[in-house]
Amino acid sequence: MPEAAKNGLELHDVRVRLDGRELVAVDLTIAPGEIVTLMGPSGSGKSSLLGHICGTLPDAFEVTGQVVLDGRLLDGLAPQDRHVGILFQDDLLFPHLSVGGNLAFALPAHIKGRANRRARVEAALGSAEMDGFYDRDPATLSGGQRARVALMRVLLSEPCALLLDEPFSKLDSGLRSQIRSFVFDLCRKNSLPTLMVTHDPEDGAAAGGRVIELRG
Amino acid sequence: MLRFIPILTIVLMIGPVSAGLIGTILPAFEILPALGGTTPSLEPWQALVAQPGLGASIRLSLVNGLIATFVSVAIVMLFCAAWQGTRTFHALQRILSPILSVPHATAAFGLAFLIAPSGWFVRVVAQFTGWDRPPDVAIIHDPWGIALIAGLVAKEIPFLFLMTLSALPQADTDRTAQVTASLGYGRIAGWFKATLPRIYPQIRLPVLAVLAYSTSVVDVAIILAPTTPAPLAVRILGWLSDPDLALRFMASSAAVLQLLIVIAAMAIWIAGERLVAVIGACWAIDGQRFKQDGAVRGVSAVMALVAAGTVVLGLVVLLVWSVAGFWAFPDLLPRGFSLRLWARELDAIGNSLTTTLLIGIPAVVIAVTLVLACLENEVRTGKPAGRRAMFLIYLPLLVPQISFMFGLQVFFSLLGLERTLVSVVLGHLVFVAPYVFLSLSEPFRALDPRYGQTALCLGASPARVFWQVRLPLLTRAVLTAAAVGLAVTVGQYLPTLLIGAGRFATVTTEAVALASGGDRRMIGIYGLFQMILPFAGFALALLIPAVLFRHRRGMGAQNKG
Amino acid sequence: MRSKMRTFVSALALAVGLATTTLSTPAFADPAPDVGNWQSVLDQARGQTVYWHAWGGEPRINDYIAWAGEQVRERYGVEVVQVKLTDTADAVTRVLSEKTAGVDDGGAVDMIWINGENFAAMKRNDLLFGPWAEQTPNFAYVDIEGKPTVINDFTVPTDGLEAPWGMAQVSFYYDTAKLDTVPKTAQQLLEWLVKHPGRFTYPQPPNYMGSTFLKQILTELVKDPKVLQQPADETDAKATLAPLWGYLEDLQPLLWRDGQAYPQNGASMRTLLADNEVDIAFSFSSGEVSSAIEAFELPDTVRSYVFENGTLGNTNFVAIPYNASAKAGAVVLADFLMSPEAQLRKQDPKYWGADTVLAMDKLPADMQEAFANLDLGIASLAPSERGTVLPEPHPSWMSLVETEWQKRYGVVQ
Repeated sequence: MPEAAKNGLELHDVRVRLDGRELVAVDLTIAPGEIVTLMGPSGSGKSSLLGHICGTLPDAFEVTGQVVLDGRLLDGLAPQDRHVGILFQDDLLFPHLSVGGNLAFALPAHIKGRANRRARVEAALGSAEMDGFYDRDPATLSGGQRARVALMRVLLSEPCALLLDEPFSKLDSGLRSQIRSFVFDLCRKNSLPTLMVTHDPEDGAAAGGRVIELRG
Repeated sequence: MLRFIPILTIVLMIGPVSAGLIGTILPAFEILPALGGTTPSLEPWQALVAQPGLGASIRLSLVNGLIATFVSVAIVMLFCAAWQGTRTFHALQRILSPILSVPHATAAFGLAFLIAPSGWFVRVVAQFTGWDRPPDVAIIHDPWGIALIAGLVAKEIPFLFLMTLSALPQADTDRTAQVTASLGYGRIAGWFKATLPRIYPQIRLPVLAVLAYSTSVVDVAIILAPTTPAPLAVRILGWLSDPDLALRFMASSAAVLQLLIVIAAMAIWIAGERLVAVIGACWAIDGQRFKQDGAVRGVSAVMALVAAGTVVLGLVVLLVWSVAGFWAFPDLLPRGFSLRLWARELDAIGNSLTTTLLIGIPAVVIAVTLVLACLENEVRTGKPAGRRAMFLIYLPLLVPQISFMFGLQVFFSLLGLERTLVSVVLGHLVFVAPYVFLSLSEPFRALDPRYGQTALCLGASPARVFWQVRLPLLTRAVLTAAAVGLAVTVGQYLPTLLIGAGRFATVTTEAVALASGGDRRMIGIYGLFQMILPFAGFALALLIPAVLFRHRRGMGAQNKG
Repeated sequence: MRSKMRTFVSALALAVGLATTTLSTPAFADPAPDVGNWQSVLDQARGQTVYWHAWGGEPRINDYIAWAGEQVRERYGVEVVQVKLTDTADAVTRVLSEKTAGVDDGGAVDMIWINGENFAAMKRNDLLFGPWAEQTPNFAYVDIEGKPTVINDFTVPTDGLEAPWGMAQVSFYYDTAKLDTVPKTAQQLLEWLVKHPGRFTYPQPPNYMGSTFLKQILTELVKDPKVLQQPADETDAKATLAPLWGYLEDLQPLLWRDGQAYPQNGASMRTLLADNEVDIAFSFSSGEVSSAIEAFELPDTVRSYVFENGTLGNTNFVAIPYNASAKAGAVVLADFLMSPEAQLRKQDPKYWGADTVLAMDKLPADMQEAFANLDLGIASLAPSERGTVLPEPHPSWMSLVETEWQKRYGVVQ
């Protein structure tokens, strides 16, 4: 995709309501490479906000305000046209595809040629220190490996912004800090404006960016 | 395009049913249009009321339908409560699933060959008592219709069990069971108090379908039900095939009456549900633990096993009959065996299997396509509102076949579509699609929506998400639904015969025609022939995903549907 | 009644918002064949497909029909497809509903295996094509003098609307290994049952065989059997039927299952005999009993016999509906079924075992010899053993008896 102005992710007075009740209201701009953390109790509509940004929020929700990414207005665009990647607390690797298949699924179609595509996937695996995992069944990976594959999958889809929905909450504590730094490093390295929702204060601290507390 | 599919599907279901019902209701009142200036008449109803034993027929249909449904539901619920999550549970699951492919009539014949006074059970007893004549007692065709109830229960248990099975994961039953156990509840009490209220709404529709079927069943009733008088649906069929024209009007009013009986049965059932809900709500929180439920658990396992065992043993007896030489009472086995009939019928069966597939494959493919499109539309629009409308797709399961099939035949011949493949397939589709929907909708809706969201956010188009993510993830569920659909189309007798004008000789129409000759060898052979296709369908539904995803461990958990 | 059905259909068409005229079946009209000109019939028949609706419960009969189909395909280029029915009335109903829907051409049914009440109903409602049967070449061999029922179907004149293709006569059968003496009149049957309660039954009317049993008893008990040849409403039916009901009053409680349950049809009655549930059963063809032994359905000690005062006999026919799509083809097939060759095979219990409708003295010598040399089977009755053939009552008696039986015995609960 053509190089656009990297303005980051802008949320202009975005309010999410369900059945007339306001769940969440934010107004902020996230610069490329910046990681903003949204903290709040469960039910505070954090995930709904992420759903709205990537375009998968059900119609039952009412949303006002504007979402702008690198100068493009996202509202009304189909999810697949937004170039917004998302990671959930579950890795959601497709169980019917191999590890390589999962990564190739994310690789845009403009990268052509079987060998070329395979090389790109292998390179991504290499950068996650998972050389030789192309044909593996995702179900046979360790938790840490799965988390890394999930992140590499998002990055291969060439997103312009990244959303993290409590991405580390299911990892055991030993692994958590390791995966955290892996994810955050890559966000910064790829200059991705990143919005993370969590209720673990350590996530926010580790991200090193702004932390916004939402009311319940 | 996609958003019109649900409407199209509903029209395809409701259209034939309402056209058929109109074709039944009008003659039921001898309605004469304004052209002649005559008024509707109640004559057919008067003729119907004057029929001897009408009350007894109604009672048989209504009471037996309700009892058969209640017993089936009770056994399935009790068994799930007592054994869910155990090895016994999974063992029975493996036995019951293939039984789903046994056609009702085949199961009924098997049961009759077992329990009739000249049947295999009495023959075993006769070895000890020395009887050389079967006892002259009405075990089948008994005046109370107990044999009919038994036949229905044996066949409905597998269906309801598998429907319950697909509802279980959504109620998080394993963990609920742990919680109730840790609170000191017996297995069964814990399940009934905490899980049943969440499971029941999911299986309510299949239960109502079972009720409608049991209340208006024809084939099983001909084999097992009393005949003096017979249940209403059987008598309607008799009146409809009487050469006397006047009887057709009366038969139409009887078909309307049959519909009313089904509605009454449902009203009674739903009232019963309410009552149970009120009583159950108090019972659930009264703190009684019922810790000692070992005996009940034992009984429930025995009942479920007896039901499954009877069908399986009945099939074995059918198989033995199919190769039997002369087989006198009270011999346990025939005096000789012969493969002669098998040899001649194997030659003949090819054509009817082909015809069966010629109708069945389009019907199943269309049904699966429509149902997937409806469900995919539900996901894409994110509107659960349409779900309520989709309830209409189940209409053909709730309206008795005999109440609209004859009207539908007239309708198709008005359209000039009678005895074409198109109309036969459409006629089958009416019954296939609801079952496909029934078996596919739960797994489809239960699929983690975040897979689709993730894929979209990775830049995949909705079409690509469907073809490359949702559909592969649901492989086993889709194939199982297709197998269920195939079993349904293979089993259709009336629609094939009536709409096809007898031009489409399927395995089932052949089986029914040959069964009228009463030779148990032929009944055995064709009963087994009828199972071939559904059984192959279910086998493929297990085998294909297993081979396709043999290196994908995660697919096992993903595809419980 | 017919006009009512028609108007109902127009109402239906209006109700569903359809114009029947634009959507009705495209007429692939089949012009009525000129049966007087046989060559023209053969020409017209070539290439046609005849959908023959016939009871399909007996594999041997289905095989015979398939054989006949092959023969006419090879000889006359006519395809035959048997539509296997569980009940002949289904075909009648279908023709009726086609008439209802205005399908006066290109109907689904080309030929029906039929007789009695079904024929009477179709004739009464103008649902048949014809006359044609008596102009076909092979009709010349038919035994009109010796077998008057070939042109009088249950007293109703066939008027050339159906062609005879088999004779049937009630015969009883029993297992000689179990019984030494058998009852040979209605009265003896009753006395025998008093000694052996529960060892006899009959299929539940309105099943054809069950009603036949009632008519057999009626014919035997009625004071003046000629009354039964008239339509019931022209006589004092109540008085005529009184002896039958008196007899059943005594018989019913002695039946198998105390008369609370009945076999569904002749075939299930045969099963009861095989299982030793009853001692005596009956059929419309003693050749059928031989075939059943052959097929292991009955022990080989079973034999047939008839009642002293005679048993009911009738003829099976084939008829062509008025709206058949392949009338010429059906006529050609019907003619073949009456041919000596087809009738010979039909009488052979290896293939079927049903009696011929042909007159032996009209046949060529070689054919006469072939018939004489047939091995009729161990349980079949030779013509000399069959006693008197009693004529079937007018069809109206059958409906009357069935309705009244249903009232008296159809509801025991």
